[in-house]
Amino acid sequence: MINLTIDGQKITVPEGTTILNAAKQAGIDIPTLCFLKEINEVGDCRMCIVEVEGRKGFATSCIQQVEEGMVVHTHTPNVLEARHVILDLIISNHAKDCLTCTRSGNCELQALATKFNVLDIEFPGEMNKHKIDDSSPSIVRDFNKCILCRRCVATCKNVQEIGAIDCVNRGFESCISTVGDHSLNDVDCTFCGQCIESCPTGALHEKETINDVWVKLKDPETVVLVQTAPATRVALGEEFGMPIGTNVVGKMITALKRLGFYKVFDTNTGADFTIMEEANEFVERFKNHDNLPMLTSCCPAWVKFIEMEYPELLSHLSSCKSPHQMFGAILKTYYAKKENIDPEKIYVVSVMPCIAKKFERQRPEMKENGLYDVDNVITTRELARMIKQANIDFEKLEDGTFDSPMGEATGAGAIFGTTGGVMEAALRTAQDILTGKDLPKINFEQVRGGEGIKRATINIAGQPISVVAASGLSNARKIMEEIKSGKSNYQFVEIMACLGGCIMGGGQPIKNSKIRSEVDVRKLRADSLYSIDEKSTIRKSHENPILKKIYEEYLEKPGGYRAEKLLHTKYAKREKYNI
Amino acid sequence: MKSLQELHKIREEKRKELDLRVNTNADCREKHILVCHGTGCTSSKSPQILENFRRILKEKNIDNVRVIMTGCFGLCAKGPIVIIRPEDAFYAMVTPEDCEEIIQTHIVEGKRVERLLCKDIDGKIVNSLDELNFYKKQKRIALKNCGVINPEDIDEYIAFNGYEALERVLREYTQDEVIDIIKKSGLRGRGGAGFPTGKKWELTKASEGKQKYVVCNADEGDPGAFMDRSILEGDPHAVLEAMEIAGYAIGADRGFIYVRAEYPIAVHRLKIAIEQARNYGILGKNIFGTGFNFDIEIRLGAGAFVCGEETALLESIEGKRGQPRVKPPYPATAGLWGKPTLINNVETYANIAQIILKGSDWFSSIGTENSKGTKVFALGGNVNNIGLVEVPMGTTLREIVYDIGGGIPNGRDFKAAQTGGPSGGCIPKEHLDTPIDYESLKQIGSMMGSGGLIVMDDTKCMVSLAKFYLQFTVSESCGKCTPCRIGTKRMLEILEKLCSGEGEEYDIYKLEKLAANIQKSSICGLGQSAPNPVISTLKYFREEFRQHAIQKECKSLECKSLSQITIDEEKCKGCGLCQKHCPVDAIEGEGREKRVINQDKCIKCGTCIMTCPFHAIGN
Repeated sequence: MINLTIDGQKITVPEGTTILNAAKQAGIDIPTLCFLKEINEVGDCRMCIVEVEGRKGFATSCIQQVEEGMVVHTHTPNVLEARHVILDLIISNHAKDCLTCTRSGNCELQALATKFNVLDIEFPGEMNKHKIDDSSPSIVRDFNKCILCRRCVATCKNVQEIGAIDCVNRGFESCISTVGDHSLNDVDCTFCGQCIESCPTGALHEKETINDVWVKLKDPETVVLVQTAPATRVALGEEFGMPIGTNVVGKMITALKRLGFYKVFDTNTGADFTIMEEANEFVERFKNHDNLPMLTSCCPAWVKFIEMEYPELLSHLSSCKSPHQMFGAILKTYYAKKENIDPEKIYVVSVMPCIAKKFERQRPEMKENGLYDVDNVITTRELARMIKQANIDFEKLEDGTFDSPMGEATGAGAIFGTTGGVMEAALRTAQDILTGKDLPKINFEQVRGGEGIKRATINIAGQPISVVAASGLSNARKIMEEIKSGKSNYQFVEIMACLGGCIMGGGQPIKNSKIRSEVDVRKLRADSLYSIDEKSTIRKSHENPILKKIYEEYLEKPGGYRAEKLLHTKYAKREKYNI
Repeated sequence: MKSLQELHKIREEKRKELDLRVNTNADCREKHILVCHGTGCTSSKSPQILENFRRILKEKNIDNVRVIMTGCFGLCAKGPIVIIRPEDAFYAMVTPEDCEEIIQTHIVEGKRVERLLCKDIDGKIVNSLDELNFYKKQKRIALKNCGVINPEDIDEYIAFNGYEALERVLREYTQDEVIDIIKKSGLRGRGGAGFPTGKKWELTKASEGKQKYVVCNADEGDPGAFMDRSILEGDPHAVLEAMEIAGYAIGADRGFIYVRAEYPIAVHRLKIAIEQARNYGILGKNIFGTGFNFDIEIRLGAGAFVCGEETALLESIEGKRGQPRVKPPYPATAGLWGKPTLINNVETYANIAQIILKGSDWFSSIGTENSKGTKVFALGGNVNNIGLVEVPMGTTLREIVYDIGGGIPNGRDFKAAQTGGPSGGCIPKEHLDTPIDYESLKQIGSMMGSGGLIVMDDTKCMVSLAKFYLQFTVSESCGKCTPCRIGTKRMLEILEKLCSGEGEEYDIYKLEKLAANIQKSSICGLGQSAPNPVISTLKYFREEFRQHAIQKECKSLECKSLSQITIDEEKCKGCGLCQKHCPVDAIEGEGREKRVINQDKCIKCGTCIMTCPFHAIGN
């Protein structure tokens, strides 16, 4: 243990603790900007500088470790002046259009400017001019707001191990760019959106499409249906100041109805369809030892990743569409017919924790009879904005319920939103199919938890099944390399592109660096989903009465002709660079 | 080469053969024509000169004369330089066309080619190198072999005690004894900061870790500096030998030389030297049969000044973007790939073998109390003898500028000298007698730096000087940390305002505030020292800044919009000479009329000032 003094307080911390974390223990909140716990600990921005007695120059508190007897001062006149100058310089080269910025109110730079009461720029000068890149369906990059903290770069390069973006040029001309400065749409970006979650300012944000939703909602000729992904309900409340992970499904439904959607459906039901199809596909492959391991296909960023990085393993990928795509297809066929609505008049909106879903929905594979399965994807954040714009006092809303006839979903559908959830849901169904029984085992603890890779061997009907659930694309790559080398004996592999699964998706409410340092956001949101599952009366997808009905009336059987046509697709090799 | 005996044999045989290089009274029938192949002379066709000599000698069937390429002699302003040994005849500014005459007159007829012999500042012909004032006050340790040996021939290096220090270290000394010798010598890092070299070696040795590395920083980037380049071009084995000694001392078996790609000749010679040392078994496994292993690889820099900063250099070797790391941890504990790493610069290494051979007492007897040995400077700017000089620490700036450098050209006055490049500061006239050592330079607001020394005469504008260095720093900042990336840019913008007449007095305060905060809060040495040229010019030439800011006036012609050239009516005789020479026809008047300058057309080139025989024109 190391003894030190910070701002006059004597504290004892373990060896290896940074000055920043030691200060935290003493209740001292040193300002940071480029710092992102365990992802970007580089000391670039210089906001966290402190004075250490006997040391020349300032210490970088976010990386430098405590030493025995160290005496640290975090707000001497020297430090304060330097911090003011640094902040002034950053703002001097930052587009100061806070009023027209999506991150206003949730911007770490703005928060610092408020804290330090920046009333004027003392050192104004030339500002970098960047063209806005809004070429992709998912991400808008506005580097006029970039402060070069490089949290996005570290996330893309070190967490996801994609490296689609990096710093180019030198000095004042430095900026974040792609290969050859091509648009994000034309390089190896998977649209996971983790860069957006890391960005402290409004330099990166989703491509907002709520205007189209407003227009369609006002159009009397259009039937606007909405479906909400499992992960959205445990995060939406955060945008209204509610505790992280609060399950607000009831209020969300009421809000959506108030917004004017004709019907509000649950993507969890779509997830149940996915399980029906995927579990059956798995059982078939398992019995025939065909193309094992089977890889899940419900994450669009992961699908783009495998198309670009491991096209030779595409035959392992499940042919299932993702839950909201399946559900969209059902809505425009079965539901339209049943309700006697012209499918061309149906406009399906998916509320997703994800920005890759925006890319996925417009893929040519996602069309049936010339109609897209889903017409618009908005993120959890965009939905929150719609609710606010509609003057709805979210916290005061009564709980609502999903609309029939598609309303009931299982607990298995709910846990789709977390890493290991798809695997667990599929195993619940697969074990019953393989044994032909209604087994009492529901929980598969081995594939729960926040680890990036969770391996397990599950015994079903006396047969061991080797499974792995991986989240985060760097972990996906590890598993793919294992499979490629032939050293693995997995039979079923679940991959989600975002570490922790969809609850941590690129469309979820953005948590600032301080919250991410102090709170396990993933766990809070995941626990909330598992609690929804626990409380569900039906927890196995194949027991969902709606599904049974639709298979009986329309789809016939999992993997049947119609199911194959509507709920499955095929993926092909994709060039990493379109340049 | 398996044994030391073989090394000794080469040394003895070769030394006899090369005696004439260092001994004017050498008793031999051979002559050596030494042709400088430093970068400066090479660009002035010295390779063609060498070829011509060889061809002519062959044609004339002269077989007792050898033509040798060497490294830099130092007096670059007089290049290409040709020296004929043993008589030490010094020919300056030789062209390929002169070769015939030199062979015929000097070699065949035994007479000197008078018109090509080097002349001193006073116009006196010098008969040998030592007669030149330029060399008189110099002491060559790091440059010992430059201009003496053929850098592409390992045998010549061995002949002049090359690899003897390594041999002695491996045979006689423990690791700690080697470190002790270096510590006692008082040698400090020649790269700029002056950290005690022995201490660095000691710290790296003490760091735990099986794998350690030795790195040579050859990423010399200061504008106007070419000390390290000249050492690598003239004596590459000295660096290899020192790195091996360092490797032995700290327990490393791999070394990297990080050299800029813009130094093709240095890279070429290093490659040859490494290849030859490997072939001799001096690099590689089980060196001299002692069980010591060491090998060296070259890594090329891609032209980033910041990669001269040790941690950015390490990042670059690792294949990453060249950006500095926050220190501590220092490379001695966590360097290349996180392993303990010793980094010294070229000139530091060039002293090592000499210290081992001649002892720490010998080395520490040279220099001042806290700065031992010599320092190499690249002398440039408004000084007569532009070139490479090596002087004992403690030599005064006046001695370097006036005795060695031959003073200021065109009868102008000394205004200031810039040491330490963009990280250093300027030294004004009142400090001309400051002894040059680490502490004294720091005290007067400059720094030793790697050894660039640029002299400025009294026509120079110090605000423009500060602007020049800031321009360099701004374009060379890596962009990693805020103060350096944006702060230096803002400083440059303010200086540009001052130079264009748009500044105000408050700008000087802003400059100072930015400078102080950039110094304190930047990550690396580049950022921390970037404001130095502004701080030191403000310290000594504050009035000039105020003139720019308040009176909107620049006494020099450098700030074009702040200066005006006028013709003194009283003195003008109407000769029209200025009009004739004006490149933009800005001077009006006919016949014997007094001339007037059209300010709208004038570009302030100053040609008229220089051409007026009556000193009637000024600014």
